[in-house]
Amino acid sequence: MTIANQPSDFERGDRLQPTGWMRYLSFSLDHKVIGIQYLICGFIFYLIGGTLASAIRIELTSPISDFMARDVYNQVLTLHGTIMIFLWIVPVVNGAFGNYLIPFYVGARDMAFPRLNAVAFWLIPPAGLMLISSYFITGAAESGWTAYPPLSINTPAAGQIIWILSVLLLGGSSIFGGINFIATILKLRRPGLKLMQLPMYCWAMLGTSILVVLSTPVLAGTLILLSFDIVAHTGFFNPVLGGNVVVYQHLFWFYSHPAVYIMVLPAFGLVSEILPVHSRKPLFGYTTMVYSIMAIVILGFVVWAHHMFTSGTPPWMRLFFTIATSFIAVPTGIKFFNWVATLWGGRISLNAAVLFSCGFIVNFVLGGITGVALAQVPFDVHVHDTYFVVAHFHYIVYGGSVFVIFSSIYHWYPKFTGRMLNEQLGRIHFFLTFIGFNLCFAPQHWLGLNGMPRRVAEYDPQFALINQISSVGALLMALSTIPFIWNTIQSAFNGQIAGDNPWEALTPEWLTSSPPPVENWRGQAPLVTAPYGYGARKKEEEDAESTDTNNQGN
Amino acid sequence: MQEIPCTARLISKYLSALTIPTGCKGLFSITLKGQWSFVVPTSSAIFNLLIALFVLIGGLWIGQNVNLLPLDASVNATVYDQLFKVLFSIGTVLFLGIVVLVVLSLIKFRRKPGQTGDGLPIEGNLTLEIFWTAVPAIVILFVGLYSYDIYDRMGGMATLPNNGHEHLSMSKEERIWGGIGSSEVSSAANKGLTAIPINVTAMQFAFLFHYPEGEIISGELHVPVGQPVNMRMESKDVIHAFWVPEFRLKQDVIPGQPTILSFTPTKTGRFPIICAELCGPYHGGMRSTVVVEEPENYQSWFQKNAKTPISET
Repeated sequence: MTIANQPSDFERGDRLQPTGWMRYLSFSLDHKVIGIQYLICGFIFYLIGGTLASAIRIELTSPISDFMARDVYNQVLTLHGTIMIFLWIVPVVNGAFGNYLIPFYVGARDMAFPRLNAVAFWLIPPAGLMLISSYFITGAAESGWTAYPPLSINTPAAGQIIWILSVLLLGGSSIFGGINFIATILKLRRPGLKLMQLPMYCWAMLGTSILVVLSTPVLAGTLILLSFDIVAHTGFFNPVLGGNVVVYQHLFWFYSHPAVYIMVLPAFGLVSEILPVHSRKPLFGYTTMVYSIMAIVILGFVVWAHHMFTSGTPPWMRLFFTIATSFIAVPTGIKFFNWVATLWGGRISLNAAVLFSCGFIVNFVLGGITGVALAQVPFDVHVHDTYFVVAHFHYIVYGGSVFVIFSSIYHWYPKFTGRMLNEQLGRIHFFLTFIGFNLCFAPQHWLGLNGMPRRVAEYDPQFALINQISSVGALLMALSTIPFIWNTIQSAFNGQIAGDNPWEALTPEWLTSSPPPVENWRGQAPLVTAPYGYGARKKEEEDAESTDTNNQGN
Repeated sequence: MQEIPCTARLISKYLSALTIPTGCKGLFSITLKGQWSFVVPTSSAIFNLLIALFVLIGGLWIGQNVNLLPLDASVNATVYDQLFKVLFSIGTVLFLGIVVLVVLSLIKFRRKPGQTGDGLPIEGNLTLEIFWTAVPAIVILFVGLYSYDIYDRMGGMATLPNNGHEHLSMSKEERIWGGIGSSEVSSAANKGLTAIPINVTAMQFAFLFHYPEGEIISGELHVPVGQPVNMRMESKDVIHAFWVPEFRLKQDVIPGQPTILSFTPTKTGRFPIICAELCGPYHGGMRSTVVVEEPENYQSWFQKNAKTPISET
């Protein structure tokens, strides 16, 4: 706890921390090492989850079930969903960038609880390995990432139990991380730094961590009850024993809807860091951005039943959740308009980081619009559990969060490694990903509207052509990772030397060397009270020229 | 839909106000000196107005003329398609608007070779922020009220028959969960039409349709055109969902908790019944057919199969 306020002690630090590349395989307590561990571990799981996605798209190139056995297909889609959510997006947008950036942003030398932090990370690889190995040992869970009973109770128990155990471990990791972020942001701020002076990512992580800490225990409790139903033949959710299957859905979505915000709110925060730097303008509307994050957090808790409009919910409940869900669009909309206003009038460097962030804006707006449509009960009763929903949430979590992850890697790679990424390869990566993604998922809206349900291995032959187009898009997405992987590996050794602050950014992580020393700064942490003070010089000049410009740009 | 043209005017006004001619350093201060709303229109303001008009008209045109939906074959489907058109139009306008704004700013405000220095130090603008909080809020309110109206017309707000005074065969302890379209039945009853009661049983991996009036059990759903149908659905094993895309209706079929679904078919034909909730390995193959027939054809099918508890398929 007191590390942050002590003068740095490099000798002690060097003695405690392993050095060299080996530290990334160690139980390091350095928040930067843990951040990179999260990132690389998450990316490996992304490649595994992506391979599973490719298998799904190969199966769906023909309308009959011919590529893999039907139960294997269900295992693959369950693993794909679970891996992408719990082992890639949640750990990376929260754990990786949160650990790396939050201590810098609050002016601390590490997180509030460094050991808890390392424990939180080291829960992830065993949980992930356990989940994946269940496929080879007994057959993985095959009831989807939602694990609705009674299907999850009726399917082979071993795979389902391993699935529950690994999700519980990952949930635990998430809660440890959330507690750590809240404590760090609220308690480890450098003296003199006010909450409303923090970079936007801190606010996003504060909101996200509140969601994590309040909702993940509900998922944990639900899954423990489900495991009792499977192992001890209790009847919480088993209708044969008088259980109620709809109650499980309420409990599950009480976590899993906030989980969507756990995946996108940090992404919102990261975009708010990236756009001002590269458009050389202050973040537009800081205060409204903060309030809209908090509004999303509060509303995020009261929208879960919109996943259950066809499940058997009373009419008043459907209406309430329709209204609550629709109104999330208002604070979200504010953020998007503010980002566009941040771009507008800037001096935008059209690099890969900006391209991915703008790709995120475009994709997420489409996902948000279909989201508002899906919130309307009469609209949802037609497209619920169809490919329309598949398209919608991939626009949110891939077009949204994953685009931001890539944008953030292009933005912070120079800080992580001290070297620049190759810009040409970055643009190729962007265009392949953007075209492939939209080719893959945009046609799926039509599929859902016209009668293709989700999670099927076989479908009406009239949908074959559109599915093949979608699979071509998936192939492009798979190919797009090749320039990215090549770029990140070879730039780490041969990339152009970045220097401390290649983007001339003002946020605190750039005010130290690249890569930063163990306790972040040699000497006192800088006090950054205006993290988005771009354009200030010009403002002063203009103030000198004319006195009446102030009413525009305060 | 009234607020949309008005919104476009405001957007174009703000667009022109925000426009800063790039490349001419001297013009920065001139543009900045004016109030947001009193900027003299320049050629680029006209350009922006044209783009806003293009987005608005193009979006509305796409929303009204591009059909993404299958055939509409029930009373519900017609109502649904109206809602879809409105949502699709608003969504297309908003989406095109944001895309155009992003692409325009990337083109107009990209850093040209040799350019140095920062953008404008604008940290926010209260009027603008209130504007783009209010506009989505109004649009959302409009969409919400409209979809409530649609929902009501579909019968979603009708009270569920939970107090044991309905015509469905069920014990008093049973509680009916959810369902849509239940008020169609009562409105049809007012016109002198009686709803056909059908009991649906879902199991891995088939639907069974039981007609209590004729003791028919069928694997295919036969219904006459124009007459309301009232289905009481229950699952034998896991959760399934009854979905007919042409009817725009879906309802989960849940073990232990009966659900109801009512609809009135309006077109004859054979439409797919699809299970829409993951129910096991053969989930993708769990399909059946609803045959909507002329009343006389339905009657002959009914007479032929009545009192014979053998599945006809």
